[in-house]
Amino acid sequence: MTKQRSFKGGVHPSAFKELTAGKPIVRVPLPQRVFIPLQQHTGAPAKALVKKGDTVKTGQVIGEASGFISLPVHASISGKVVDVGFFPHPLFRQAEMVAIESDDSDVWEEGIGKSVDIDNLSPAQMREAISRAGVAGMGGAAFPTHVKLSPPEGKQIDTVILNGAECEPYLTCDHRLMLEFPEEIIDGRKIILEILGCQRACIAVEVNKPDAIARLKQSVDGNELISIVPLKVKYPQGAEKQLIHAITKREVPSGGLPMDVGCVVQNVATAFAISEAVNLNKPLIERVVAVTGPGVEEPQNIWVRIGTPVRELIDQCGGYQSGVKKLVVGGPMMGVAQYTDEIPVIKGTSGILVLTAESSPSPPSQPCISCGKCVETCPMGLMPNMIGKLIEHQRFSEAQEYGILDCIECGCCAYVCSAKINLIHLIKYGKQEIRLAGKEKGV
Amino acid sequence: MENTSSEPKFTVSAPPHIRADTSVTRVMYSVLAALVPAAAGAVYFFGPRVLWIIVVALVSAVGTEAVVQRLFGRPVTVTDGSAAVTGLLLAFVLPPGVPLWMPAIGSAVAVFVGKQVFGGLGQNPLNPALVGRAFLMASWPVHMTTDWLVPRGGTKSVIDAVTSATPLSVLQDNHRILADPTSTSAQLAQAKQVLMQLHSASAHWHLFWGKCGGCLGETSVVLLLAGACFLLYKGYIGWRIPSSFVGTVFVLSWALGGREGLFSGDPLFNILAGGLVLGALFMATDMVTTPVTQRGKLIFGAGCGVVTAVIRFWGGYPEGVCYSILLMNAVTPLIDRWTRPRKFGTRR
Repeated sequence: MTKQRSFKGGVHPSAFKELTAGKPIVRVPLPQRVFIPLQQHTGAPAKALVKKGDTVKTGQVIGEASGFISLPVHASISGKVVDVGFFPHPLFRQAEMVAIESDDSDVWEEGIGKSVDIDNLSPAQMREAISRAGVAGMGGAAFPTHVKLSPPEGKQIDTVILNGAECEPYLTCDHRLMLEFPEEIIDGRKIILEILGCQRACIAVEVNKPDAIARLKQSVDGNELISIVPLKVKYPQGAEKQLIHAITKREVPSGGLPMDVGCVVQNVATAFAISEAVNLNKPLIERVVAVTGPGVEEPQNIWVRIGTPVRELIDQCGGYQSGVKKLVVGGPMMGVAQYTDEIPVIKGTSGILVLTAESSPSPPSQPCISCGKCVETCPMGLMPNMIGKLIEHQRFSEAQEYGILDCIECGCCAYVCSAKINLIHLIKYGKQEIRLAGKEKGV
Repeated sequence: MENTSSEPKFTVSAPPHIRADTSVTRVMYSVLAALVPAAAGAVYFFGPRVLWIIVVALVSAVGTEAVVQRLFGRPVTVTDGSAAVTGLLLAFVLPPGVPLWMPAIGSAVAVFVGKQVFGGLGQNPLNPALVGRAFLMASWPVHMTTDWLVPRGGTKSVIDAVTSATPLSVLQDNHRILADPTSTSAQLAQAKQVLMQLHSASAHWHLFWGKCGGCLGETSVVLLLAGACFLLYKGYIGWRIPSSFVGTVFVLSWALGGREGLFSGDPLFNILAGGLVLGALFMATDMVTTPVTQRGKLIFGAGCGVVTAVIRFWGGYPEGVCYSILLMNAVTPLIDRWTRPRKFGTRR
């Protein structure tokens, strides 16, 4: 058995993956209406190219990128634009979206889906195809992928890591994708290597997905340039910096990027999207979403068109169970709790998690007894107890000295906290205040 | 958009949305549970009056916490179990023969001066139970150093011939006799005889099982270990502080504790006797008053060990565990500052 790689710190929450891990990805009837946010990625929002009353085809560009760190968005169904306005957004409360009413025919834009002869494409053309397809990191942060694939002069990338750790409890979309589409993922890896002029790639998977590891190994049989790296089951194994450290023993410098240590990390779902974008000219208009949790009647992995209202997915899964408490987009450790289910699925939505009061308790906070569990588990080597106390007293610059800006908000500290102090809440608040203060100074 | 009546109302909060199944209250009650074997042992060894000392200490600690919190206008949180832990630990560090007003006053001082004046749970710099003990020691030293009882099936000093004191004070007294140029040869011979018995295997076993004089909770090493194993298993105490504390005392007492030059001491005796095991397992591991960093914990334990050895070998008291922990408590914030973990992606 190969050595399981890992990192320092971290926690072991129950995984609850059995709810959906064994269920193949299903297709469900197309939504009647989609709400496609112009901002689904990190960076500048897209600019709308359509207006109310326009008819659009599936895959048609409806918003163009407004800069290098920006992405276009595409219609995910064919039909009529019924509104361009502000609607509830899973990350930004309210944001501008294009609402499309389906014509039930799902007519695709010309030229999508036809195989492209990629041997004739230059790396720049491939990168351009990825950008044109609106591909963003699909693990959650949704950073534009073509930017990650454009290291500045002088940064040589020697290791590409495909992230199949899927360390968040409940989520299974990457697991299913690796099981059902390993060739596409491995092909995406090939394109990434070509663009970066890099030789070495690996796919990193937590060992709680032995079937996925076996399936990938079978698919790469004989290819020496790609290895499947088993990872110890520990959260946050799939966090970019921890993953790079686990595999290469290199540490991304504080404030730096993976490319500073010669690495590029892409989620396996992103690799899949890259393959589709370059080989089939297919824009990122659908993704796998795990609709799961004890609060949903029949949890499933679903192919979802971007912009589909979450409510519709819940209905596809038999509706809510009784005692629902939280609706979370993403996993239970880092996901964002929603106030409404009228939000759409976006490119970074890996899971829709419905939690009950029992599975997601909100215990009252007690005084910090300095048990030190947060310090022990922090994968970034911070002292969350000190940072939390400093933020409570609005001592932001001292919190900065204690490294609050290095925090990756993985949630380990708050998870293990004996006193149930809402450390991530405090840290997010502290970071925001520091950012605002920085902006004021900048003006 | 339509709004059906079956629409659930969602709670919105920052992540994480799942929490480890633990709480401060559970930590405190686990510590109490871990102390039960030693408490039962104390009742067995010293008789039922020990039970009264424990009850008085507990009631006084919990009552003081409730009254003070009410007076200070704070929420009354006695059900979190932290005051009870303080009360029980205070009882553990009293001689079993003390009058019952002593645990009452000791617990009240421990909770009020040791904890509540600093802001309550989590805010106190020093271990409250040890603050209570230090107060009693300074106020009624005679009670605190003479009210020993004979344990069932044993003797106070683990030596049949010596009936007065605890093993550690016997050790100190006889070391004094040997070092004193005015001692007669008969005295010297007897002192040597006593020390030989003290360092015999049978004395070690008495100390291990608890058949010796001492504070009521510190006598039985085996029962303390049983409780500590439970806490270790639950992750409520770590191995770092106890092992560096005990390890340091072991090395120092071996190297410096003997009379025949370096490495002639009896480290086992020094570990088993007195309050070292109780202190190292249950007081130096108090979360609130000890470092949070891994290296800090090792330094803290080693510091406790050094101070304990210094007091035992060269100080005026036979025992130094209480003051060693209090002293190291006081420098805990500094230790935490010096031993900040290395931030990922930075050099130390």
